[in-house]
Amino acid sequence: MTAPLHESIGRAIRTRAATGEPALVAFLTAGFPTREGFRDALARVAAAADVVEIGVPFTDPMADGMTIQRASRGALANGVTLRWILDELRALPERPAAPLLLMSYLNPLLAYGLDRLPADARSAGVAGCIVPDLPYEECADLKAALESQGLGLVQMVTPVTPPARLGRLAREARGFVYAVTMTGTTGRNVAVPDAVRDYLGRAKAAAAGGVPVCAGFGIRSREQVERLRGVVDGVVVGSALVEVLERGEDPAAFLAALRDKA
Amino acid sequence: MIETRFEDRMALLEAEIAGRFPDARGRFGPYGGRYVPETLVPALDRLEEGVRRWLADPQFQAELGAQLNTWVGRPTPLTHAPTLSARWNASVWLKREDLAHTGAHKINNAIGQALLAKRLGAKRVVAETGAGQHGVASAAACARVGLPCTVYMGAVDCERQAPNVGRMKLLGATVVPVTSGDQTLRAAVDEALRDWVSDPDGTYYLLGSAIGPHPYPYLVRELQSAIGRETRAQMLAQAGGLPDAVVACVGGGSNSIGMFHPFVADTGVELIGVEAGGRGSALGDNSATLSFGRPGVLQGAYSILLQDDNGQIQETHSVSAGLDYPGVGPEHSFLMSIGRVRYEYATDDESLEALAECCEAEGILSAIETSHAYVGARKYASRRPGARIVICLSGRGDKDMPTLQRTLLKGKL
Repeated sequence: MTAPLHESIGRAIRTRAATGEPALVAFLTAGFPTREGFRDALARVAAAADVVEIGVPFTDPMADGMTIQRASRGALANGVTLRWILDELRALPERPAAPLLLMSYLNPLLAYGLDRLPADARSAGVAGCIVPDLPYEECADLKAALESQGLGLVQMVTPVTPPARLGRLAREARGFVYAVTMTGTTGRNVAVPDAVRDYLGRAKAAAAGGVPVCAGFGIRSREQVERLRGVVDGVVVGSALVEVLERGEDPAAFLAALRDKA
Repeated sequence: MIETRFEDRMALLEAEIAGRFPDARGRFGPYGGRYVPETLVPALDRLEEGVRRWLADPQFQAELGAQLNTWVGRPTPLTHAPTLSARWNASVWLKREDLAHTGAHKINNAIGQALLAKRLGAKRVVAETGAGQHGVASAAACARVGLPCTVYMGAVDCERQAPNVGRMKLLGATVVPVTSGDQTLRAAVDEALRDWVSDPDGTYYLLGSAIGPHPYPYLVRELQSAIGRETRAQMLAQAGGLPDAVVACVGGGSNSIGMFHPFVADTGVELIGVEAGGRGSALGDNSATLSFGRPGVLQGAYSILLQDDNGQIQETHSVSAGLDYPGVGPEHSFLMSIGRVRYEYATDDESLEALAECCEAEGILSAIETSHAYVGARKYASRRPGARIVICLSGRGDKDMPTLQRTLLKGKL
């Protein structure tokens, strides 16, 4: 019996965190800013990050701020679909070393078909999914379907998640616990006050013995990453990285700079 | 479409009549649920707890009842329509929600939720609006109970329903035009949800239709059911019996669920929902979700949606901003699946023509939304001569003057 594929995610995060550096979980919207540039963007991001989230565009990204809304709309205009994304991943000349996750709202996954998705995603090298509009109470079908193929469903927790619920979500999470740093949508620059560090510490304690904890939403700067060093195992960088790609700048340099010690 | 056997449909209808839906998971059969970001889960738990407590509280009900009687103007009249009756060879009755304060049924829900928001300790209220009727009702209700109100409204709708934007501002609300997405009702809901996610503890989201995550479809249905309860009693008193058919327009589906729900157990009464057929049956040309859609998840609930093969939500079209929405309340999807309500659609042109007919025949300028129901009622009358029909006249048409100037009145002034 081989270990489930989703364990590669936690392993990649812990391996980095063991060096004293927070792991970088990098997000990019597939096929944005260009469809043709996706493979290259993915390769460059994957070379600099420890885990990569591939954003599946959706018409109604209610948990996202302006940047990812714009990227999502742009990708849809470029004709990006979940099927195209999986085909592109399968056609990569070289599979990235960093584990890959799909980040998608639920409806595109339902339309693809929960019966076919896990095997197709696995054959494309995907190790798990993050679904921002799927709270734990509604996730049983997708979670079971993914786990049947060794894929994991990440659980999100937030500063307003009550303690008992935090414990349950941390236990049920596969890959990592996605600790949302604030109440709000993605992309807004956040300070990391002591209260947030305390909450992240509670998330970490709740996940003890299980999967690692990564903090996300609004992570843009080296100062923020520095404040989170030692508090969590990794950080998720989304909107800021999408903006770097949109401006045509080097994603690897941006990601490396986030971890540079001052 | 989910296929259901006849016996299963009957069992589900019995469960609906017995009040077993929504169930503990917030579902009407397979439809409904709660598909929201984790940040909103505790807020929805508190709302559900508040709904359970306060809707059953005699003091809350007394306060709501007093507001409905003396501020909203309930009960609204049931008006016999003699000219339409003669023309259609039927007995036509109109439930006059246009005479409720602020000019539409939306106020029934808005004042109920505003009182609830106050009880739950909210500091501010956010709302979305399509035609502007729910925005105006929310602004009025918030002014009445003393809560600040922010209304999100698609930029396209701000333009076509301009009179309502001014009304909301006069009533003290902040109106935020939404330029993201399709710039209509659905984008306004997305934006209101984003606002709520940013402050789930202090902000109350006053959702205007029977859509969204549990418990909203239930809460809105309960608050709107005053329409159907009054209509049922008024028909017995004024017409001497129950109607053969009850007809209402369906966008998200709040006036229709409020009208239909108290009649669901009267299985001899046909219930007919009329959606916006727009300019045709192709994807993007209408908002007739139940006629052309498939199941999926949008804005918090599993229901029928207008979507493409990749699960992307389709842009919709309707001449009426209030029906211009690619989803529908989960209880409607359920009532269709068990065959208790029949859903059809009326086109833009048919609806405008019906609006003109009702103006001229009965001296009532109805909303374009409502006018879709006239089309369904007239078709029913042609199939069933002599039938007794109630139409939910969900709102008045004054807010539609900019659209009517461009359509019915074009070249006539």
